[in-house]
Amino acid sequence: MSEKLETPSTDEASNEMERTGLRRLLVRGGALRSALLPILAVFTALIIGAVIMAVSSPDVIAAWRQVSQNPRGALSITWGTIRDAYMALFEGSFGNPARIIRAIDTMRETGESRELLEALRPFSESLVIATPYIFAGLAVALGFRGGLFNIGAEGQLFVGGLASVYIGYSISGLPRYVHLPLALLAGMLAGAIWGAIPGLLKARTGAHEVINTIMMNYIAFRLTDHLLQGPMARPDRLPITPEIKPSAYLPSLLPRPVRLHVGFFLALATAAVVYWFLWKTTRGFEIRMVGANPRAARYAGVHIIATTVLTMALSGALAGLAGANQVLGLDHRLVRAFSTGYGFDSIALALLGNSHPLGVVLSSLLFGFLRGGAARMQSVANVPVEIIRIIQGIVIVFVAAPAIIRAIYRLRVVREEETLLVRGWGS
Amino acid sequence: MPPVLELRGITKRFPGVLANDRIDLTLNEGEILALLGENGAGKTTLMNVLYGLYTPDEGEIYVRGAKVDIHDPNDAISQGIGMVHQHFMLVPVFTVTENVMLGVESVRAGVFLDQDVAAARIREISSRFGLEVDPDAVVENLPVGVQQRVEIIKILYREADILILDEPTAVLTPQEAEDLFEIIRSLVAQGKSVIFITHKLKEVLAIADRITVLRDGRVAGSTACREATEASLAKMMVGREVILTVAKTPAQPGETVLEVQGLHVLDDRGSIAVNDASLHVRAGEVLGIAGVQGNGQTQLVEALTGLRRVERGKVTVLGQDTTHATPREITELGAAHVPEDRQQDGLVLPFPVGDNLVLNTYYVPPFANGVVLQQNEIDEAARERVERFDVRTPSIFVPTSTLSGGNQQKVIVAREFSRPIQLLIASQPTRGLDVGSIEYIHQRILHKRDEGTAVLLVSPELDEVISLSDRIAVMYEGQILATLPAEQATRERLGLLMAGVREASKAQVPA
Repeated sequence: MSEKLETPSTDEASNEMERTGLRRLLVRGGALRSALLPILAVFTALIIGAVIMAVSSPDVIAAWRQVSQNPRGALSITWGTIRDAYMALFEGSFGNPARIIRAIDTMRETGESRELLEALRPFSESLVIATPYIFAGLAVALGFRGGLFNIGAEGQLFVGGLASVYIGYSISGLPRYVHLPLALLAGMLAGAIWGAIPGLLKARTGAHEVINTIMMNYIAFRLTDHLLQGPMARPDRLPITPEIKPSAYLPSLLPRPVRLHVGFFLALATAAVVYWFLWKTTRGFEIRMVGANPRAARYAGVHIIATTVLTMALSGALAGLAGANQVLGLDHRLVRAFSTGYGFDSIALALLGNSHPLGVVLSSLLFGFLRGGAARMQSVANVPVEIIRIIQGIVIVFVAAPAIIRAIYRLRVVREEETLLVRGWGS
Repeated sequence: MPPVLELRGITKRFPGVLANDRIDLTLNEGEILALLGENGAGKTTLMNVLYGLYTPDEGEIYVRGAKVDIHDPNDAISQGIGMVHQHFMLVPVFTVTENVMLGVESVRAGVFLDQDVAAARIREISSRFGLEVDPDAVVENLPVGVQQRVEIIKILYREADILILDEPTAVLTPQEAEDLFEIIRSLVAQGKSVIFITHKLKEVLAIADRITVLRDGRVAGSTACREATEASLAKMMVGREVILTVAKTPAQPGETVLEVQGLHVLDDRGSIAVNDASLHVRAGEVLGIAGVQGNGQTQLVEALTGLRRVERGKVTVLGQDTTHATPREITELGAAHVPEDRQQDGLVLPFPVGDNLVLNTYYVPPFANGVVLQQNEIDEAARERVERFDVRTPSIFVPTSTLSGGNQQKVIVAREFSRPIQLLIASQPTRGLDVGSIEYIHQRILHKRDEGTAVLLVSPELDEVISLSDRIAVMYEGQILATLPAEQATRERLGLLMAGVREASKAQVPA
């Protein structure tokens, strides 16, 4: 619709709605509207995942070979396979509700908490997986909001982990309230520097941040290898760093085997801070302005170079926190390849979450639960873990190509700018 | 003989809007029909229905008396209907021939493009209709006016005999527009029929045989061109009497606010765009800069507002040297800038209207307290500005992209005019706007002048410069050829200067 249609001026009713804040929520956040697509994308991906499970299951195939003799059987075996797989996925990611309830009763009666902790373990594991996703997803999302495509979250995560672990093991005798913040800060700082370099190159010379963040990734990976083989290796020369001092641990919340630690809540708090920063502060406004229209931002007096560097530095700091979280909360030392691509997956998460902190948290939880339940799905329902990867991939395709979902569910196109990603590659 | 094209009762609804409401329209053979209406009146929607881009909810289309169904542009083309869009659909890196044959390629032996055959046909079309163009030129190197000719050739190449031109003059210089009118006359002289969409009254009277006016999705009236006047058409378009000339009292100039001496500025390609320009603007007067687009006005304004580097020369605002100041420093001195390209420079379109209303003041109290935005203050100011400047928007929270062009411009005007300013630099402030909005923005600019603001107005529309300015400077190839008091600036004199004809030195008033 190239011709804009004049809309009537505000009438009293809508003024009333504005005052009540209801309209504000619906119009400004557009929360419901922007959540619809990702939700449908996940839903559709789960259905397609089910189809793939069915057609790749030997039992189901065998049953359909004899469909003429036993059509009802074929259907029920198909249905059963899918149901078992998704049940296992659910129990693997959230735990078995019946078992949890029983465990609560046991603890009430006997005071024995072991069984409850065991029952809660799947849920906790999902949250543990989701935690670095949240940090790294926020990193990429913040970059997107500023019009920058930070593909370097993985490298920033590595240097963040390196800096945190170094502070963690090399200093001793500090109380936790000094040591832990120091270690976290070191991780953020390292990530920030790693992000700021491509930011500066972009702002000063126009070198595209996609290329430079990828290059910075390689430097980070090889730097890690180098440090683990010498300067930071354990005294026995294994390519592992020494263990960090307990005073630098992100404390666990419950006894083992529950691994959930404070990092998860730190991630949630960080998401809130990122939201506040982007939407409630002048710096955040500047970042979003530069992201949405750099020419207008310049017209409005925003310092483009400083803002670009700041955006990349903050994005890097968040990714660095993801690395710090892993070494301070879980591993307590740094091993080779200690991240299994969290930084890369986070690009997908930022897309899925519409580059909004809340969206990032929700999509990170989704990926956490999918990943957390995958193992049980394999062991119980005999469905390969890779199915989860496939489902994740389909979700991303749908989110990246919303026209497919709109066509399936016959959704109307919602105005023009519905999501803000990145400016063109050539810009 | 039946009309070559007839629309009966076309109705098109969009969610919440009736874009076209039972529209009847007739086009006779060899006729130029002007479709006139404000932005948002439904002109483009109607033409998109005709071209098969939208399916009408009701109504019928007849071509040469026969009812036709048009589902997509291919149907339209096979009925001999061709459309030149407002934004050209050309591949910049292709040659004219490649662009024209795209989609209807001539081939040899099934696979090899036969550019010679196509080029020959293009030459034939060009000479027949006076559409001068080099078939081998690469499109991105051609001036806009010539690119438009390529678009017209494209549809003639496809043997269209009903041509729809959507706001064809919006991107053209006055001279290019004249050339286009010649082309259109030659088209109808050879039996083609043309629908000419516009919101410019002068053009309609210059070119059309008949005029159909749309307002709010309905036909507000149809008239033969010779019976219409600007005033009668404006009234039909807007639905009320419109003041077309601006009533203006004599200026009361005060101290000099903006002073420019020997300014040199380069364009993006590094060639000289502003060449030794000097001018000054005093408080309470409007200095208009006339000139054909592309003679350095854009770079001049960018240099004055801190968006482009000054190579040589000096700029002072209120006695302060701003030659190398940043946009923010200049803004903070009390300068306002209405930029030439509002969507690119003046607004962040995906942002809510409210945010755009504080786009350059978000960081000062009361809108910010330290680094924290004061959303309530921002919303309150935004509501007040929307009200005071009559911005038509359902709320201050909708994305600015959903507003019409006129209302987007009002957002910029509201933002720039609602803070205390000593200097206003307005670049093409009414470009692409409808009559009602132009009237409004002109009044606002003069109101600012009367409050004692120094106004620098840059516009390629000579009428606008003449009606608003107290003094007029003419820019040609980066130089200011002359600065004339408004009472001495006749259209003829300005026209000659705009074409680069220098006057005898005695007539030059020092800038």
